[in-house]
Amino acid sequence: MPAIRLSGVVKRFGPLTAVDGLDLEVPRGVVLGLLGPNGAGKSTTMKMLTAQAIADEGTIRILDHEIPAESKWARARMGVVPQHDNLDEELTVEQNLRMFSFLYRVPRRQRREAIERTLRLAQLSDRADTPVDDLSGGMRRRLLIVRALLHRPELVLMDEPTVGLDPQVRQDLWGVISALRDEGVTVLMSTHYIEEAERLSDEVALMAKGRVVERGTPVDLVAKYAGTTVEEYTPQGSGGISELESLVRAQGFDTRRTGTSLSVLRAEELPDSLRDRLGEPERRAANLEDVFVTLTGEAVA
Amino acid sequence: MSLTRQQRADARPEHHARPGRFETDAVLGVVAREWILYGQSWRATTFAAIVEPTLYLLCFGFGMGALIGTLAGFSYIDFLGTGIVAVSVMFQSMMPAVINTFIKRRFLHTYEGILAAPVDVRELVTGEALWLALRSGVYGCVPLLVAIGFGLRPGPGMLLVPFVAFLAGFAFALFGIWISAVITSVRSMDYVFSGLFTPLFLVAGTFFPITELPAWVQTAAMANPLFHAVELIRGAVFGGLGPGMVLLHVAVLTGFAYLMWNLAAFQMRRRVVD
Repeated sequence: MPAIRLSGVVKRFGPLTAVDGLDLEVPRGVVLGLLGPNGAGKSTTMKMLTAQAIADEGTIRILDHEIPAESKWARARMGVVPQHDNLDEELTVEQNLRMFSFLYRVPRRQRREAIERTLRLAQLSDRADTPVDDLSGGMRRRLLIVRALLHRPELVLMDEPTVGLDPQVRQDLWGVISALRDEGVTVLMSTHYIEEAERLSDEVALMAKGRVVERGTPVDLVAKYAGTTVEEYTPQGSGGISELESLVRAQGFDTRRTGTSLSVLRAEELPDSLRDRLGEPERRAANLEDVFVTLTGEAVA
Repeated sequence: MSLTRQQRADARPEHHARPGRFETDAVLGVVAREWILYGQSWRATTFAAIVEPTLYLLCFGFGMGALIGTLAGFSYIDFLGTGIVAVSVMFQSMMPAVINTFIKRRFLHTYEGILAAPVDVRELVTGEALWLALRSGVYGCVPLLVAIGFGLRPGPGMLLVPFVAFLAGFAFALFGIWISAVITSVRSMDYVFSGLFTPLFLVAGTFFPITELPAWVQTAAMANPLFHAVELIRGAVFGGLGPGMVLLHVAVLTGFAYLMWNLAAFQMRRRVVD
């Protein structure tokens, strides 16, 4: 039995179809990254999983509970990290955790241990009595994450857990998410950061226009759609980029435009005769962004 | 032997109790949250709860009392003091229910966090109202103590006032939560305060008996829950209210609370669930 199963899920807001026939399964013990640009339907999907949005069509099951009818039972077994920081600013770190230990029904005798454990996980033990208002952005986000772990959930939903944070802070948070991964907690994490999805996810589901367009391990997806190397060519003069694009595509290679340059995917397979005509490239490793653009024609971030 | 992550996932204990449809634990969780927050704000709340009725009693009690003397068989300051208890209950419950609930829903995203935990909208609404009712039950008695300081004679019936304040506070808190879920902007609150609060507390027999008002206003006052709270409080403090009337006033307040409980849960669900 998978931790999450969505079948043919549709969610409309007036004329806008935010989620359009979504099928998705998240096996137990897996970290699945839901990767897509803003407006792809990731947050709406997350809201439907907590029954804060109700699907117009399709079925949703979480931990074998039907959503929304049995949502409360599912929520008792899962933790949710929201996109918006909704910590109580005037309260201390410890008080914020204590409040949610009540809401998550942590038994009275286990409350102290649960709070201390999550403080350690967030590396905030020495800040327990600090008002949230005095914490840095990274500390607040760590607190927001561990708040959802007070009751040792089997499943954790994270909606853009590191959005708006600087790269250093983001990397600190990855440590917290990795620790969950090692414990065997199932994690569904929406993100539009390529590196985050690649580093943390066992599997990635690429989402665009309310649907999952492809799914697999980051390595397999990159190998399948972008090869190992991408070469970026920056032609001189107007019209040069179109000419290069036609030339490369005529040889059966996928390309994408990145500003003033043209990225050629699977460049390790470029014949020397063609490479000689393209000029001097910049080489980099292929990544999920290349896959995403190839599949959807749009950028993630 | 090391376990794979899949094995660790399968081995995680499923110790979570299956929650019920409507759980007191969820309601108490919401109340506990407010209690912790109250630990930060009790000074300001207590200050307002004492100063407001004191000023009312000083200004109206002595100012108007000197002109009026007695009213409906009571000294004016006694009449006013008991009326202020009910008004205070309404303000202590309905005002934060409208303002705080709106802010928590619209700007602080507090309810997104609570509803991601195993808490349903009805439990959330009940917990919020229960907390405000408890607060009203306690703070509602403050004007009574102030009135005693101004000369009101203490009596055993006064021990019933916290219960009346709790019931009225619960009903008004739910009324306020419903309003907060109906309005769409902060600006709409002007309509609520001017168009609803003011007539509610003026036409309830707090400052003067409703028998002095035109017949149609007296009829309208009968539909005002605050009037029934005022009557119950005066009945508890001064006696003289028959069992039939007590039952009627309690029934009106209970019915109002039940209606508002359903309306508040319904409207709040519409706001927080897409």
